[in-house]
Amino acid sequence: MKFEARLLIWLGVFIGIMGIVYGVWSKEWGGTAMLIGTGILGIFPGLYYRWWSKRIGERPEDRDATMAEGAGRIDTFPGSSIWPFALGMGCWALVLALVFGTWFAVIGLPLVIFAVSGATAESRRGGDASGH
Amino acid sequence: MNDHANTTDSAIAPASTRRPSRKGLGWIALAIAPIVLSGCQIPGFGINEGVTESSHKVYKLWQGFMVTGLIVGGFTFLLIVYAAIRYRRRNNEIPRQTQYNTLVEVLYTVIPTIIVAGLFYFTIVVENPEVAVIKNPPAKVKVVAFQWGWRFSYPENPKVNIVGQTTENPELIMPVGETIQVDLSSLDVVHGFYIKEFSFSQYAQPGVVNKFDFKVDKVGEFQTQCTQMCGLYHSLMYFKVKTIPASDYHQCLTSSNSGDEFVACANKTTPALYHRNTATQGATVHHG
Amino acid sequence: MVDTLQPTTEHAHGDDHGHDEHHGASGLLNWLTTTDHKIIGMNYTVTSVVMMLLGGAMAMLIRAQLTVPDGGLVSLAKYNELFTMHGSIMIYLFAGPFAFGGLANYMVPIQIGAPDMAFPRLNALSYWLYLTGSVTMLLGFFTSGGAANFGWVGYAPLSNAVNAPGAGADLWIGALILTGFSAIFTGVNLVATIFYLRAPGMTMFRMPIFTWNMLVTGILILLAFPVLTAGLVMLYCDRHFGTHIYDANGGGSPVLWQHIFWFWGHPEVYILALPFFGMVTEIIPVFSKKPLFGYKGMVFATITIAALSTGVWAHHMFTTGVVLLPFFSFMTYLISIPTGMKFFNWIGSMWGGQVQYTSAMLFAIGFLLTFLIGGITGILLASPPLDFFTHDTYFVVAHFHSVVIALVIGAMAGIFYWYPKMTGRFLNERLGKLQFWLLTLGGLLFVMPGYLVGLRGMPRRMAVYIIDPTWQNLNIWSSIGGFLMGISMLVFAANALKTLKAPKTAGPNPWDGHTLEWFTTSPPPHHNFYSLPNIKSERPTWDYFHPDAPALTHDDHDPSHVPGAVKADAQ
Repeated sequence: MKFEARLLIWLGVFIGIMGIVYGVWSKEWGGTAMLIGTGILGIFPGLYYRWWSKRIGERPEDRDATMAEGAGRIDTFPGSSIWPFALGMGCWALVLALVFGTWFAVIGLPLVIFAVSGATAESRRGGDASGH
Repeated sequence: MNDHANTTDSAIAPASTRRPSRKGLGWIALAIAPIVLSGCQIPGFGINEGVTESSHKVYKLWQGFMVTGLIVGGFTFLLIVYAAIRYRRRNNEIPRQTQYNTLVEVLYTVIPTIIVAGLFYFTIVVENPEVAVIKNPPAKVKVVAFQWGWRFSYPENPKVNIVGQTTENPELIMPVGETIQVDLSSLDVVHGFYIKEFSFSQYAQPGVVNKFDFKVDKVGEFQTQCTQMCGLYHSLMYFKVKTIPASDYHQCLTSSNSGDEFVACANKTTPALYHRNTATQGATVHHG
Repeated sequence: MVDTLQPTTEHAHGDDHGHDEHHGASGLLNWLTTTDHKIIGMNYTVTSVVMMLLGGAMAMLIRAQLTVPDGGLVSLAKYNELFTMHGSIMIYLFAGPFAFGGLANYMVPIQIGAPDMAFPRLNALSYWLYLTGSVTMLLGFFTSGGAANFGWVGYAPLSNAVNAPGAGADLWIGALILTGFSAIFTGVNLVATIFYLRAPGMTMFRMPIFTWNMLVTGILILLAFPVLTAGLVMLYCDRHFGTHIYDANGGGSPVLWQHIFWFWGHPEVYILALPFFGMVTEIIPVFSKKPLFGYKGMVFATITIAALSTGVWAHHMFTTGVVLLPFFSFMTYLISIPTGMKFFNWIGSMWGGQVQYTSAMLFAIGFLLTFLIGGITGILLASPPLDFFTHDTYFVVAHFHSVVIALVIGAMAGIFYWYPKMTGRFLNERLGKLQFWLLTLGGLLFVMPGYLVGLRGMPRRMAVYIIDPTWQNLNIWSSIGGFLMGISMLVFAANALKTLKAPKTAGPNPWDGHTLEWFTTSPPPHHNFYSLPNIKSERPTWDYFHPDAPALTHDDHDPSHVPGAVKADAQ
């Protein structure tokens, strides 16, 4: 996990430094803001992973390991779920509301709320995991 | 490099004026020594020298880049084809499993770095004077692009305004041998102000005034058009550039009471010597 | 070669318990509710290939229009819609989704020994947003004002409410917001999957290079796409809520749109290119029977490209007159170095090998040659004085079409390489080779006259060129090249249909592959693996099947002292 964190942090730091150099040289604020913002977008998750890597230590996938060391349950993977489809259709209706008028939002908004709640409830139940 | 152009564009550039400057020759010779040594003339690779001071330098830069590009690209191309053919499957043996070779890896990092450093240096050498503007230019023109046409006005004489839409082909008159400064902007959307023979283009944008200088050294007439997509009639947004001797330019400009008069006067003093359609066809032909 | 998999002594990574097929309801409902990355990956692949055929059909119309200077095949207005939608479909709906939604979705979890993507339901949502986004964009053609008509870059103020009043423009914006979120979710998924779900022993520097490229692509998506989405929201506000963000008359700045667009747009170029680099990097060593030459250098080149790609955006804006020319020129030259290094990695992988000319390998070599042309002309364009007179001419069009045609050829390499894994069947090799020649030669015939006609001053995005009819000859050659590419796609469609019902003869490892996807069945079972080998190098499958193969060598060291140079029989 250490390398993963470092990758993001250094990418972010590099872009941030580039942003400072660019900002000082060009005095053009749009690009400077975007570069520094992008740098933060790299550093921020990088720091999270760094914190996380310190907490969980070295995993079998970070070192030379045999399959046996990682055997066992990984996580729950939902076998199937209708909520992504419902949420996608809801989002589509919301976007069409931007174009064809707000009445599309009457369909879209409830669908999005319904789908998000459904998906959340599904996760709390452990999903339609069917043992996965 | 003096005689590569064929007869059709000799009007624009007599052979005697094509000699590159001493400084330019130095680095061009360095960049393309292999070609020069082989006794070959450097072709224009699709463009010609153009008719402004900067465009001559750009032409040499282009030649240097093209030669470098052809050498690097050709080398890599041959290497790919050679590797693919030379090492085609011969038997079922498993070949040597080479994964790293430090020397080779360092070489193919360092050599490209040196090459692009050189390219960047020559870019800066040409770019800085090209985009520099002088303080008190002897001639000035304000170019305003709009959907779908151009307006050329001359601060020297406020009565002179040349306006033309779509296929009307408004004429932009410029002096030869004297620096003219262009103030470029747009009324509505982004347009492209492009003159092929000046080897230059710039956006005409609303809310931005772009300033740049030309020092034209040939009398001629150059057909061109908007290059940046600007809506329905983008393909029909033409204009024409006409360059006339500086003395005629100033005399015509001060004596005219309207844009039409200015254009008529300019056309009377100097008949068209050079047309894009004949020159562009011949200029790239290489007879080395 | 071993045809049936012998389970290794260790239990499989993952909690498989023998589900062969996706279970649950069958048919349509199954398709709608699936969260299996393989089915989603197939959906993405098929949808994006259909989009490519649609965009290609538009290109055919464009090329037909340009065979005569005063072409009357389509009106000026329709022509603007056509090239806008051609570009939009190819960039937003084909190249990206095909790579990071299609093949990456399918292959990345398998390559790292994971049972699925980290967030399977988010993955399904990505696909639905992508599909609805694609439909939304195409809906534009059925509105009264027609589809979006301001070019795929949507420059303000041409894309504002005055110049583009129709619903087509709003549909275009909506489509990009949908597909933008789809890409962001896929990016999140890729990064999380690669960070968290690798099999034991699959360290970062043992990951297949395709997975590496997809990781960097995923990170780039996360850095770049939010900017585009924000820019689009502002564009929508300008159009409908009376803001003046991109409006010079209201105190806004039209150039800001260009900054935002290209701040996304240039990393996007690498988001499009890196996956195809990855595919080719998988294919060349496999068909040369060698390891990838300079694996670590390749990884660092990829990371360097990602870092630099955020700092080169304004090389699309050299002619605006308001950008810092030397900075962007310098950064663009820098980024050409790691890109150039990759070429030598690819050549080095073939060097001394046993190059086998399968269709996949031919396409990979075709990719190298075509991409080389696009790369070299890219270096020319990085120089502002040279960009000034080629900007917005066909020279630029030919430049980036060299690049994207290379990507299409790379996509074909990927399809021919992984089709047996995804379906258990081979694509027809004869038709594949025919398609290779048609596509590569057609591509070259298309771009080469484009460079010349651009240097002769022909601007891009012109429906008619009565201003200079001498451009016609070169345009005819370009069009012939374009039509050849069109025919090559018909050959591909015929090939896909022909092999749809072919017997499943591929077996788990038809190409003698290096990476984990060749260790499982074709197609892989639900949750991907019955068993996994121990991972001791970046070629676990090769190590397993070639215990007696010569060890990896570091040409200027004693092989036994090199970390990572593991004898395959170590297990």
